[in-house]
Amino acid sequence: MRREEKQRNHGMTEMKTRQVEQMTPEFEADVEELISHYPVSKRSASLPLLHHWQNHFGFVDDTGIEWIAAKLDLTPINILELLTFYPWFRREAAGKTIIRVCRTLACAMAGSYDVKEKFCEAVGLDPHVEHHGFGSAPPTTPDGKFSVEFVECLACCGSAPVALIGDDLVENIKPSDVPAIVKNLK
Amino acid sequence: MSALHPTPHPKERRIIFENISKPGYAADIDTYIANGGYESLKKAVTMKPSEIIDAVKAANLRGRGGAGFPCGTKWSFIKYDDGKPHYIVVNGDESEPGTFKDRYILHQDPHQLIEGLAISAFATNTRLAYIYIRCEFPHAAKIVWKAIQEAKARGFIGKNLLGSGFDLDIYVHQGAGAYICGEETALLESLEGKRAYPRIKPPYFPAVLGLYMKPTIVNNVETLCHVKHILRIGAAEYARMGTPGDGGTRTMCVSGDVMRPGIYEFPCGAVTIRELIFDVCGGLKPGRTLKAVIPGGSSAKIMRAGEVYKIKGKGPDGTMVDKDLPMLDVVMDASTLQSVGTMMGSAGVMVLDDSRDMVWALNNLNQFYAHESCGQCTPCREGSLWMSKMTTRMLDGGGRDKDPKTLQDIANNIAGRTICAFGEACSWPTQSFLAKFPEEFEKAARS
Ligand SMILES: Cc1cc2nc3c(=O)[nH]c(=O)nc-3n(C[C@H](O)[C@H](O)[C@H](O)COP(=O)(O)O)c2cc1C
Ligand code: FES
Repeated sequence: MRREEKQRNHGMTEMKTRQVEQMTPEFEADVEELISHYPVSKRSASLPLLHHWQNHFGFVDDTGIEWIAAKLDLTPINILELLTFYPWFRREAAGKTIIRVCRTLACAMAGSYDVKEKFCEAVGLDPHVEHHGFGSAPPTTPDGKFSVEFVECLACCGSAPVALIGDDLVENIKPSDVPAIVKNLK
Repeated sequence: MSALHPTPHPKERRIIFENISKPGYAADIDTYIANGGYESLKKAVTMKPSEIIDAVKAANLRGRGGAGFPCGTKWSFIKYDDGKPHYIVVNGDESEPGTFKDRYILHQDPHQLIEGLAISAFATNTRLAYIYIRCEFPHAAKIVWKAIQEAKARGFIGKNLLGSGFDLDIYVHQGAGAYICGEETALLESLEGKRAYPRIKPPYFPAVLGLYMKPTIVNNVETLCHVKHILRIGAAEYARMGTPGDGGTRTMCVSGDVMRPGIYEFPCGAVTIRELIFDVCGGLKPGRTLKAVIPGGSSAKIMRAGEVYKIKGKGPDGTMVDKDLPMLDVVMDASTLQSVGTMMGSAGVMVLDDSRDMVWALNNLNQFYAHESCGQCTPCREGSLWMSKMTTRMLDGGGRDKDPKTLQDIANNIAGRTICAFGEACSWPTQSFLAKFPEEFEKAARS
């Protein structure tokens, strides 16, 4: 890609999606509700709108960045810099179910490295590929069903090792439990 | 969620976890009210705001988020009638490794937090509050938001709450996966819709310049819950449960190599490390011996089993003398842990047994800090990464003679040289692991 084009794309991979065209009236009504939670400064709604967008569309493309910025009277860089700072947000599609295994000390002591490897095997991902952050998606299966990544302490160290699967926390995971957990997700 | 054991240990005294311990307790408002909920708020609106603050001061309540700052004193920095808007932001970011108490309050007893928050708002003339919840608790955000709606519908918050003429709006704000948002000024930046870069101090307290540059109180979830109990039990009675400088109870999170990890709640200063590990938590795994304890979240300096600390104490004739304090006899309270060179922090107690390699354990924490540095200050951004790369290299058999010394130098050049306390948080593990387990690092350096 030529430099100027890359800049227009905010420096990332080429993006062809135009999520903004899929927006629904309900989506916009929810946006207004979220903004109303911040009577002092609209800019405070940046993170909530990014969450809302990502929950709805799966990731945030350039049209999303521009739309949110315009909605909050900001420039696109104000939104892009959040996408590349906060590990939760991404500018690429991830799997339908994201499996986030805790990597930090209590979980590591209880075998989370093993558990993560088992999850990768069970969904068919190379366990050695890491998630690089800065808005990229975690490693994802070619069929788009699963992503698996390590995350830092999930604040559930007393029942280590744990993983956040979609919105649900799974505790005390044994490596031998993993195939059954994944099977139930399919 | 299973970390709270159904029957409390005899040493425990559960007030924060009292409701949650009841079989069948649910997060809805009717259950809360049936269990005495919102009675403290009803009492609060009949009191003078300054009386509430005085009660919190007299209760000796210290913040439960990590820094242990006296809560009543923090509130008194806000001038009730200065004509400015005031804000309260609840710190529910809970991201210090080893800490997992607020999770249970947010998911299972959200009204306890809302009641404490409403009391503190009434005391400080605050009409808008946010509860900042890490986004890895997606259910908690929904549960707390629902609880806010319920409380509003019953008139406990919202316009003219309980007929007091006082208005309070509360909203939930979700984080986005960054540990640094737990640092209070980073949290405020994040709430303002910016990157979570901690603010330069002074001013040291958001009470001076906080959210939207207005006087703001940031308190931990558990801290605000205690406020409700101070009004319920009475400040004097509450203070008496704890030690002279540290009133009431505090929750503790125990993880790692013990038989019964989980969350517990004790009067402040009620248990020693020995009692906590060998009695309350059922001891170590069969055949194992204790190697180390990290007493207050991953940033707290590590303690080595078998160490004997020299502390000052009163001798038989009342004069101050040097005393020996064996590691297992250290009382788990803020002042004792400080006197032996570590801290109570967030009360996340991590226990390591003799099967653990200290270079491996430190490397795990170093990777955490390297990942979580916000990148604002050079010593922290670069140093945390260098430390992590070095311990990784040592583990992979690439250690060099000078590594322990270099690691030490890097850590010494971060602590005290950064905008926020993340600098200390990321250098204390390296400094203390090296000081307490030099032989393991020297061995890894030679390999
Ligand atoms: C790097 C860093 C991370 C922190 N993380 C948290 C956290 O996750 N939760 C919390 O309540 N306090 C955290 N704190 C402490 C807060 O800055 C602040 O002191 C606390 O929320 C104040 O509330 P309290 O007085 O009720 O304890 C953190 C501090 C630092 C320096
Ligand atoms: S270390 Fe895994 S939840 Fe805390």
